[in-house]
Amino acid sequence: MIAFLLKRTANAVFVMLAVALLAFVIFRFFGDPVEMMVNEQATQADRVELRERLGLNDGFLTQYTRFVTNAVQGNFGISYRNQQDVMVLIQDRLPATFELVLVATVISLLVGIPLGVITAVYRDSRLANALQLGSIVGVSLPSFVVGILLILAFSVSLGLLPAFGRGETVDIGWWSTGFLTPSGRAALVLPAISLSTFQVTLVMRLVRAEMLETLRTDYIKFARARGVPTRRVQWRHALRNCLMPVITLTGMQIGNLIAFALVTETVFQWPGMGMLFIQAVTFVDIPVMAAYLMIVSFIFVALNTVVDITYAWVDPRLRDDTVRAGGANG
Amino acid sequence: MKMKHIMLATTAVMGLAGTVQAENVLRWGAHRDIGSLDPYSYGDSFTINVLNHVYEGLVRYDRDLKIEPALAASWEILEDQVTWRFKLREGVTFHNGNPFTAADVVASLTRVSDETSPLKGNLPAYVSSTVVDDYTVDITLNGTYPLLLNDLTNIHIFDEEWMTENDALMPTDIGAGTEGFATYNANGTGPFIVESRQPDAKTVFVVNPDWWDEARHNLDRIELTPVNSAATRVAALLSGEINFTNEAPVQDLPRLEAAPNVELLEGVDLRTVMIGFPFRETLTTGESNPFSDIKVREALYKAIDLDLIHQKVMRGKSRIAGATVAPPIPGYVETLDDVPDFDPDSAKALLAEAGVPEGLEFEFNCLSDGLVNEEQFCQAIASMWSRIGLAPKLDVAPRAVQSPKRTNGSTDVYTLGWATLPMLDSYSPLLQIFHSKDGNAGVFNWGGWSYPELDALIDAAGSELDFDKRMALQTEALQLVKDEIIMIPLHQQPMAWAVTDEVTEMPLFPDAKPRLWFVNVNPAS
Repeated sequence: MIAFLLKRTANAVFVMLAVALLAFVIFRFFGDPVEMMVNEQATQADRVELRERLGLNDGFLTQYTRFVTNAVQGNFGISYRNQQDVMVLIQDRLPATFELVLVATVISLLVGIPLGVITAVYRDSRLANALQLGSIVGVSLPSFVVGILLILAFSVSLGLLPAFGRGETVDIGWWSTGFLTPSGRAALVLPAISLSTFQVTLVMRLVRAEMLETLRTDYIKFARARGVPTRRVQWRHALRNCLMPVITLTGMQIGNLIAFALVTETVFQWPGMGMLFIQAVTFVDIPVMAAYLMIVSFIFVALNTVVDITYAWVDPRLRDDTVRAGGANG
Repeated sequence: MKMKHIMLATTAVMGLAGTVQAENVLRWGAHRDIGSLDPYSYGDSFTINVLNHVYEGLVRYDRDLKIEPALAASWEILEDQVTWRFKLREGVTFHNGNPFTAADVVASLTRVSDETSPLKGNLPAYVSSTVVDDYTVDITLNGTYPLLLNDLTNIHIFDEEWMTENDALMPTDIGAGTEGFATYNANGTGPFIVESRQPDAKTVFVVNPDWWDEARHNLDRIELTPVNSAATRVAALLSGEINFTNEAPVQDLPRLEAAPNVELLEGVDLRTVMIGFPFRETLTTGESNPFSDIKVREALYKAIDLDLIHQKVMRGKSRIAGATVAPPIPGYVETLDDVPDFDPDSAKALLAEAGVPEGLEFEFNCLSDGLVNEEQFCQAIASMWSRIGLAPKLDVAPRAVQSPKRTNGSTDVYTLGWATLPMLDSYSPLLQIFHSKDGNAGVFNWGGWSYPELDALIDAAGSELDFDKRMALQTEALQLVKDEIIMIPLHQQPMAWAVTDEVTEMPLFPDAKPRLWFVNVNPAS
């Protein structure tokens, strides 16, 4: 087990180093921050000097080593654009993205699961067919289009909900939450719906497929034979057995939601990590871009490693196989 | 029934969303956020412009963009011609209550001209400053220099005591990895006080009741919210969530115009859009470079149908330009503004005369996030040039990608927009673009040209204190730029702001900077 743990951790470290290299190479050659930082009046000497101070004239290896050494200590430097500590910037934006993703996930479950059950139970009804058709629209409409349509309908035409921003927030320690104010909750509605559209469809289709499978199994037939009410059979006995894969999928999709949030945040001017990243790209803010990529990859790598280790812990066979396979390849 | 529900819900949400306040609020939806609360932290005109509501300079531009006294009451040039003596306004206080004195000016100038200050270039002639008495400051320059006042309009004055207390006497330094107190806090003398700031979300300014000047606005609050997405910004304006934007997207202008509650403020920017040429030995293809021949530049000029671009690409909203500076800029005279007739046949003849081979390939570098409708006018021009037998390769990408190519000469023909900001004088493009690359001059001389006669005129203007004589020199230099077709001017680009009917007065400035201390809104009931 210890060998396996070491192996997995080493793998994770290796992946992170590769990501760091990638992040670094891309952003280092992406553009010239100096051009974005000075204005029309700046002289050539100013530019040369700024370039020198930012360390952009150092050799590639020196810059990369410096970047990794600092990153390991959680130090991503100062943002070129707003001269604040990058970690602080990301920490400020994390709550916004997290709350958005959380609400979108809740919506996708609350809407997706019942719809999935309905389409499975009444599989040939008109309603189920309509929902199936609608779900195709749900997967194919890009989320920015959904966002803009929502804004047009609910902000411009009806004037019901705000078109942008996060409303008033309340600080609890370093966490700023929008849940506690009316304007914060109102601001959450449209972006969360827009972000969850795709997710709702995914959950619905998964639940439907699982339900169709389960409804054919023997224990459902026995339950029916025993005289358990149909509704109870469908929503309790059958659904319960369908939820495991849904939970797994939801967990796996969190990473994707953070990625999709980038688009939604741009449309709704949601002050989250995605917005921060987009802004950083516009201004060639290398420290912020690199830190964002590193942190998001870290979340993925950490999740995967934990999952692998848990699986191995639960099922020793997996552990041996993985070690052997890894050894053979390496 | 349903409608009634919606109405009820609407009032409920509206009531909850905006706390009821009898305040005159300008809700400003900008296209981006300011970088920081420190105006010296970043050489960015938008940040400086916004913070100009909080901080002030010794002098400022008035409603007609003429320089007028602000924190300085008067000034004179001493006998040595390089020292300027400023008499300061008395009785001015900072937002924290500290009095404004000469020491504050010296500390601020020291900070902005520090080696590590990104704004050092905004005060190029500065050498040192000294306190004469509490309300008199001497500023020493590195030579006779006529544009000190223009430069000072953008140098904001900090409180020395406040900077000392908070360890903010020096600018923040990205190279050294230090952040600063001034990045998050502000203390100026201006008409508005920073109440709160959430980066990328909202920055709130409240009125300064103790402002030294008579307020010509009736605002109590300004809420600045960045809304990057153009569609969202338009939606927010239509729904009344914001009541002002300084970036109304060109493609949405008809829609905004049609909206009953929105008024458009349209004008022509000071920014002149130009096309520049390489003067190097060879093109990026390795072929020898024909553009250093004036005949070729003339041919390319004649091949551009300026009217068509004005009508079709700029939807009639631009101003066709013959000069490289806009009419309000000192140094401009009307005779600079002639444009040649659109004449592709004579263009073709000129190319043949210059021996340019048929189908000559060259890079044409444009930005996708630069000037107004830049991608479209670049496409139009590229096809006009194809019609006279050239083969321009259009290269469109974001500024971040294109800038390095332009500055290190790895492209051929390129676009450039120049507004002469913050100087508002034709000396700015002459020195920065048209002068030979030499030390601090010719930073934007991306083509690498050199006209000694032109350099001499610019250098003479740069040390001429007599305004009329200086203008004569600069006009002569601009004429030379025009005669040599160093660059092809296309137009001054359109600008559009939009307000809702809550805003009763909002002056539009050709330098595209909102000055909200001139704004009036419907009084809140």
